[in-house]
Amino acid sequence: MFSEFLQFLFTGITIGATYALVALGFTIIYNASHVINFAQGEFLMIGGMATVSFMGMGIPMFFAIILAVLLACLVGVALQRLAIAPAKNADVVTLIIITIGASIFIRGIAQVVWGKDYHVVPPFTGNEPIRLGGAVLNSQSLWVIGIGAVLVVALIVFFTRTLIGRAILGTSMNKLAAQLVGIKTQMVLMLAFGLSALLGSVAGVTVAPITFTSYDIGILLALKGFVAAAMGGLGSGLGAVVGGLLLGIVESMTAGYISSEYKDAVAFSMILLVLFFMPRGLFGGRTVERV
Amino acid sequence: MLQRFIDWRMNYVLVLAIIVFVVPLLMDNPFYFDLATQILIIAATVVGLNLLVGYAGQISLGHAGFYGMGAYFSAIATTTYNWPPLLAIVVAAAVVGLIAYVVGRPILRLKGHYLSMATLAVGFIIAIILNNESELTGGPDGMSVVPLSLFGWELSTFGLYSMFGFEIPGHIAWYLVAGVLLLVAVVVAQNIIDSPIGRALRSIHGSEIAARTVGVDTTHYKSLVFVVSAIYASVMGSVFAHFTGFITPAIAGFDYSIVLITMVVLGGMASPMGVILGAVVLKLMPQFLAGFQEYETAIFGFILMATMIFMPKGFYPTAMNALRRKLGRYSGGEA
Amino acid sequence: MTVMIDIKGLDKEFGGVHAIEGLEFSVEQGQVYSVIGPNGAGKTTLFNLITGFYIPTRGDITLNGESVVGMDPNRLAERGMCRTFQQMQVCMNMTALENVMLGRHLQIRANLLTSMFRLPSLLREEKACRERSEELMKFVGCGDYLDTEASAMSYGALKRLEIARALAADPKILLLDEPAAGLNGTETAELEELIRKIAQQGVTVMLVEHDMKLVMGISDRLLVINYGRKLAEGTPEEIRNNPDVIAAYLGG
Repeated sequence: MFSEFLQFLFTGITIGATYALVALGFTIIYNASHVINFAQGEFLMIGGMATVSFMGMGIPMFFAIILAVLLACLVGVALQRLAIAPAKNADVVTLIIITIGASIFIRGIAQVVWGKDYHVVPPFTGNEPIRLGGAVLNSQSLWVIGIGAVLVVALIVFFTRTLIGRAILGTSMNKLAAQLVGIKTQMVLMLAFGLSALLGSVAGVTVAPITFTSYDIGILLALKGFVAAAMGGLGSGLGAVVGGLLLGIVESMTAGYISSEYKDAVAFSMILLVLFFMPRGLFGGRTVERV
Repeated sequence: MLQRFIDWRMNYVLVLAIIVFVVPLLMDNPFYFDLATQILIIAATVVGLNLLVGYAGQISLGHAGFYGMGAYFSAIATTTYNWPPLLAIVVAAAVVGLIAYVVGRPILRLKGHYLSMATLAVGFIIAIILNNESELTGGPDGMSVVPLSLFGWELSTFGLYSMFGFEIPGHIAWYLVAGVLLLVAVVVAQNIIDSPIGRALRSIHGSEIAARTVGVDTTHYKSLVFVVSAIYASVMGSVFAHFTGFITPAIAGFDYSIVLITMVVLGGMASPMGVILGAVVLKLMPQFLAGFQEYETAIFGFILMATMIFMPKGFYPTAMNALRRKLGRYSGGEA
Repeated sequence: MTVMIDIKGLDKEFGGVHAIEGLEFSVEQGQVYSVIGPNGAGKTTLFNLITGFYIPTRGDITLNGESVVGMDPNRLAERGMCRTFQQMQVCMNMTALENVMLGRHLQIRANLLTSMFRLPSLLREEKACRERSEELMKFVGCGDYLDTEASAMSYGALKRLEIARALAADPKILLLDEPAAGLNGTETAELEELIRKIAQQGVTVMLVEHDMKLVMGISDRLLVINYGRKLAEGTPEEIRNNPDVIAAYLGG
């Protein structure tokens, strides 16, 4: 009974850690540019698929992962330069369609390059399951949770202790003021997209050994990440992490105790409920209407 | 005479009517009629969605949910429970309208990305239910639907009908019915736009603050237009179900919601002709891209991105502005 | 004289900072009542509190004897309150005339059915609405812009258009937030004349304004605030001779 609960909890935290990283990617881009990047999930896809591809060329796993992450960062920066920057004064809806177009485009390219098959990324360290209080914990799950935690800490250090991180934060708070003190907004935006691609691709490659990967996994992951980010409150880093973990755990509990068909429905009902009562998510700031 | 036509608020409806009824004279292949009928049905749907997105400036990333609900309600009521189709369509519209009101009221208080999240969630939940309640809906495999019939007169794409002394095959009859439905949809939408209600809706887009100051209950009007656009979707979904005779939950899914809103934005928000053109282009594009096989998805995504980057107002308004500038230059006036 | 607006113990805090603190005053029907004070004194915040865009932290606001604290702007409009904005709020996606016709929103009973089918009752109402709106545009001096897109109008014309829209709602009380800002001398003189005419029709006018000449010329009473608190209140003559006001304005 308890071991079953523990099992669902582990599964939930693992997938939740992935959602949290996707949501953090959303948050970083949202803060820097107020764009919701529906192509966020494609970074995860690139992370997993490119790793498979590079390993197929005989490159050792560690370096294959680094190359895959670099590739994703490149795509992220290109996305900002070529698709988002030229449309800077567009409507919210138009920007949404642009990022969705980008996501379809990237998916289409991936389908041409890597085909439509499912691919397997080997686990980082063996297949040995770990037993804990009657539940079985996949060793790769530990990697997912561990790397997620490390990235979150690294992000906190980056945004509070380094000059570049503070520049990004400054730009998100007040674009004009940031420009006045000499921060190059374009540079910051590119960095934000690159960083967000880095988070996405790392999450993608770490979770790939558990979930498999294929050219079309991106869109659903992007939507889940969006749910997590909105639940926590768009723009809040803490919200993204809490939202992601909460979403993962609720999904896993629903699948375990209620019905696996309805696990997504429960996730989406949950976000509706949160927004009914807290229109800016759990940790979203209260803004005052300026007239 | 010409000036009066230019000033007439419904002038484009006449143009549209001519196009709709001339096009069939140029086609003979039933496959083209099938495609054209689908375009008319989806165009009428986005004319309704445009009221919400183009005029009132609210986002819906879940509208296919209402389309799918209308389709499935009609399908189940007529096929499983033997309701007359007309009754099913009307009751479906009422039920969908009611559901849209109940969920719309709280979520339309949300702004921007939170609203897109909430509408997306509503659409997803509907699609998941349609997928999983297979006893009722046939699940992911879909279900077949009886043809449309009015007072014992059945309209099937395979039938043969005599009208005004002409023999009209079923696929053409269906095309004409869908054409009339689109024209009705456009006229009703334009009437709403030109009314005080339309003014209130446009003011929400223009300045929600101004609207509230002069007494516009913005939540009420957002809910109203949300319900109206949901009813448009529901009715056209029902019609689509009876037309194709077979539906799957894909018509309620997220991808289809994106297709719908893309038609609105691509063609030109707040322009009925624009969104109809958007429907035509988006529906025809796969036909043209079919030759490129595996590159189809990539090219589609690229065109979508490029159009929105270079024509953020959509191509119909962009083209009309260019035309007006050109005409202005010839007549020596200022555009 | 009947009291139109009565404000008692009004407080507004933003994250612990007092924007408005302990304000008390009342505006009588038919007055031109102006609020003045240095930049950042809380004048616009006060207007936003009265018109329902902000909710007070403490205190009470009554309109015609009814407490209206926490009431939405659209419900206040139903009770005869209308306003203009320092940062203009004009619907740039509509024509000038449509903007004014929007102002008559509450005077129109159209519903979805009459709208969808353009029934005769709707057309009658629309015609009356159009005529009244054209009249008001001429009244504020925008007669040349009837069919102009709002986005093509000059700044000064848009400011008058906002007033026409507010008047279209047949307000009992009209709040004007810096109507003279950005206007030249002639335009300001025309504005003064316009406000006078509005007041003569029995509409109570509240005014936030920096132009001292304008304010002193048309106000029946003035409220001076500084750091969100009342510095002085009285007739223009009393304010002119108030030592506190002189100190605040001249002493910086």
